[in-house]
Amino acid sequence: MKFLSRVIVAALVLTLLGTGATNTSSAQEEDTLNLLWWQAASTVNPYLSGGNKDLEAASLVVEPLARPDPNGELVPYLAADIPTLENGGISEDLTTITWTLRDDIVWSDGTPFTSADVVFTWEYCTNEEFGCAQAQFYEGVVNAEAVDDFTVLVTFDAPRPFPYGPFVGWQSPILQAAQFADCLGTAAQQCTEQNFGPIGTGPFIVEDFRANDVVTYVKNPLYRGADEGKPFFDRAVFKGGGDAESAARAVLESAEADYAWNLQISPQVLSDMEAAGNGQVVVAFASNVERLMLNQTDPSPDNPDRSIWMEDGSNAHPFLSNQTIRQAMSMAIDRSIIAEQLYGAGGVAACNIVNGPPANVSPNNDGCLVQDIEGANALLDEAGILDSDGDGIREYEGTPLVILYQTSTNAVRQSTQALIKQWWTEIGIETELRSIDAAVFFGGDPASPDTYQKFYADVEMFTSGTSGTDAESFMVRWVCGEAPAPDNNWLGRNVPRFCDSAYDELFDVYSETGEPAERSGLVIEMNDILVESYVLIPLVYRGSVSAHGNSIEGVEINGWDAELWNIADWTRAG
Amino acid sequence: MTAFILRRVLISIPTLIGISLVVFAILELSPSDPTGNLPLTIPPEVREQIRETMGVNDPFLIKYVKWMRQFMINEPLNLIEASTGWSIGNSENRLRYLSWQTRSPVVDLIIERLPQTLWVVGTAYALSIAIAVPVGVLSAYSQYSLFDQVGTFLSMIGFSVPTFFTGLLFIVIFSVELNWFPSIYDTTLVVSDVETFMRQMRQMVMPVTVLTLFYTAQISRYTRSAMLDNLNQDYVRTARAKGLSEQTVVSVHALRNSMIPVVTLIALGIPTVFQGAIITEQIFRINGLGQLLIIAIQGGDLPTVQTLTFIFAVLIVFFNLFADIIYALLDPRIRYS
Repeated sequence: MKFLSRVIVAALVLTLLGTGATNTSSAQEEDTLNLLWWQAASTVNPYLSGGNKDLEAASLVVEPLARPDPNGELVPYLAADIPTLENGGISEDLTTITWTLRDDIVWSDGTPFTSADVVFTWEYCTNEEFGCAQAQFYEGVVNAEAVDDFTVLVTFDAPRPFPYGPFVGWQSPILQAAQFADCLGTAAQQCTEQNFGPIGTGPFIVEDFRANDVVTYVKNPLYRGADEGKPFFDRAVFKGGGDAESAARAVLESAEADYAWNLQISPQVLSDMEAAGNGQVVVAFASNVERLMLNQTDPSPDNPDRSIWMEDGSNAHPFLSNQTIRQAMSMAIDRSIIAEQLYGAGGVAACNIVNGPPANVSPNNDGCLVQDIEGANALLDEAGILDSDGDGIREYEGTPLVILYQTSTNAVRQSTQALIKQWWTEIGIETELRSIDAAVFFGGDPASPDTYQKFYADVEMFTSGTSGTDAESFMVRWVCGEAPAPDNNWLGRNVPRFCDSAYDELFDVYSETGEPAERSGLVIEMNDILVESYVLIPLVYRGSVSAHGNSIEGVEINGWDAELWNIADWTRAG
Repeated sequence: MTAFILRRVLISIPTLIGISLVVFAILELSPSDPTGNLPLTIPPEVREQIRETMGVNDPFLIKYVKWMRQFMINEPLNLIEASTGWSIGNSENRLRYLSWQTRSPVVDLIIERLPQTLWVVGTAYALSIAIAVPVGVLSAYSQYSLFDQVGTFLSMIGFSVPTFFTGLLFIVIFSVELNWFPSIYDTTLVVSDVETFMRQMRQMVMPVTVLTLFYTAQISRYTRSAMLDNLNQDYVRTARAKGLSEQTVVSVHALRNSMIPVVTLIALGIPTVFQGAIITEQIFRINGLGQLLIIAIQGGDLPTVQTLTFIFAVLIVFFNLFADIIYALLDPRIRYS
């Protein structure tokens, strides 16, 4: 049998290949850092980014003037220091900020980094024909001007108590003016070479970029930390593709990669993999909080003004406008079970709307961590909200407490819904569950009845947080009159239609205060108003889960910025 | 024959234009948004402006004509220039068809991904033909023998166990437990010496085996049944009665006739090699054409999806023609005139 002998020969060759591989495939080359991103990078230009994956890939190369550390405190990168009110970097009227740049920075092509590059970056992103993905960070900037080679003066159109938007953080790093000079406006789209290999000041240089596949970097010999040997790897490979579970396996079980990003997989599976002992799971917490929102307007289908907020309070919800009912609903929930069983390492039970940075977190609301169904029942009984017809459902002023509870389709969210429905049944509230495809729910299409903004339900649940360390853009969402409605094309931000004059007054003070400690104090006060109203019921403080191999040291995962923000300090042990 | 080929090629031009229109129209109507993966914090006005600069909002016909021009005229010119070093016309400012996701020319993306797809999927396809045809012939020749039973059993496994299962099984056994082969395919590896060649072979072993199992199952079943049909024919009996050796009877008389349906199957399967094996590529992170297509679909990157789909259509039309020509070579009775 000629055929059979061929099969045997083939099998032998395979075995040889296999045994030859035993020693080499597990032990990576010492000087290469293998990063595994299951969503591949599509570009290395942060201003054309289609998602965080691209920003992470760019963060090894281009750097901002300053960026927040894991505690949300700003650390200078290309700036000499952080401008504040105290050191005069921020003007008294809060309309300008003056950045002093380090004078010892050179681009990886050897030319010096100057204020011209900073000004150029502003011009590049704000060019009207460009379509800059990070435009929001430059909003309100009237002018950025180079005072001298190492000083940049940024002027805003109005007082800006937190002026660290432009040029700060991984979303708005500095590009080299010389490289991108011909890429302004519509030309930006055609600059493939520049977009795939921006010249930077960071620890690595792009050596090879394959869109939606892999980025290969080499050490930047002109990096400012080069004297200390930084970065401690000669090469880095940013491999994309696959799925989260196999990425976790490659780091935690087969040790083929050094770092895997965004491992949104079942907590049980992840902890089993971690038990293999090859690496560890790390979690970056920022400000994302999974929460319930209780509709303060009447969402009934036969109401012509369905879910539309009226200033005189005439279209209020038949029973969710009652604070006692809302409080009982919050008391009935066991947040720890949801966090531990469904989120695992990626979440902790939360009682606040603002959960970070630490300075902004209220210490006043920890009581919600203990579930109290008995207390909730007693509260409702006392208020006279009773089950008068014996069907197991309480009535409030004749309306039975029947709730439609919606969220996006996602296994964890549906499990959360099921748990909460059970607890609410125990306090005499009947719940109907609904899940909507995420693309529709978050899609914002004003013609669709199923968006989270329209809120054609009594209760809905999703996650969001501040877009940076400052809470202003987040706290503004609960000011009266910001509610989504037909006249703003359903794009208003106040989704639960919350309105409280005390809150609005605090917010007005807050938006004019520049002193950081005072701002934090105000955030805590506003947070407490929100939490004590029970219109927003926080459930879980969510983090982003990643994993790194045991041989990698120096990983300090950062929820406020790129996870790879301090990659220059990473080392391989042994 | 030449007239036939010429006529078929000419007919395929309107066919392909029709296909391109349909592909374009269907994708145009699909509810996809290239800015859908941007973080929720990015405001709607910014999204709208990004869509505007990509050309998402251009009218359908303008987009179609732009694509025709760039894909049919500009890109072939670029390819000629790149391969010969000539410069034809105003090559500096020639517009290229850009992907929305990466803002780079779609054709460059495809060329970048061809090698790994052809290496892995192509090798698997060639291997499975080499295995499946002899196995099919032998199974048919000794029907119901032990060899046939084992072959049938294995092809049933190949048929019914999906590649996402065998792929994961292989990774768990050979990467996690035994540590023999890498589960992450290195697309940047350049084969330049024995050492890199061995690395290339090692990283190909698992995906190629998974795919070979799958393809072999299909082709060997086909070969077996085609062969069985022919072995019971009168002309085979006649050949034996003439005193021809068994080898001649089987490998010349019966095999040549049995090959007609098998060759069609194989030829029509070649375009799927170019489409890549979406699932297998995803599991082993091969990032070939299949993964490019799936990422483009997820990201609402219509230019890439349209171009890839159209290239697949061209390949299918071409290999249909190819199969027809092979027929004539295998079976002298078939004449195209």
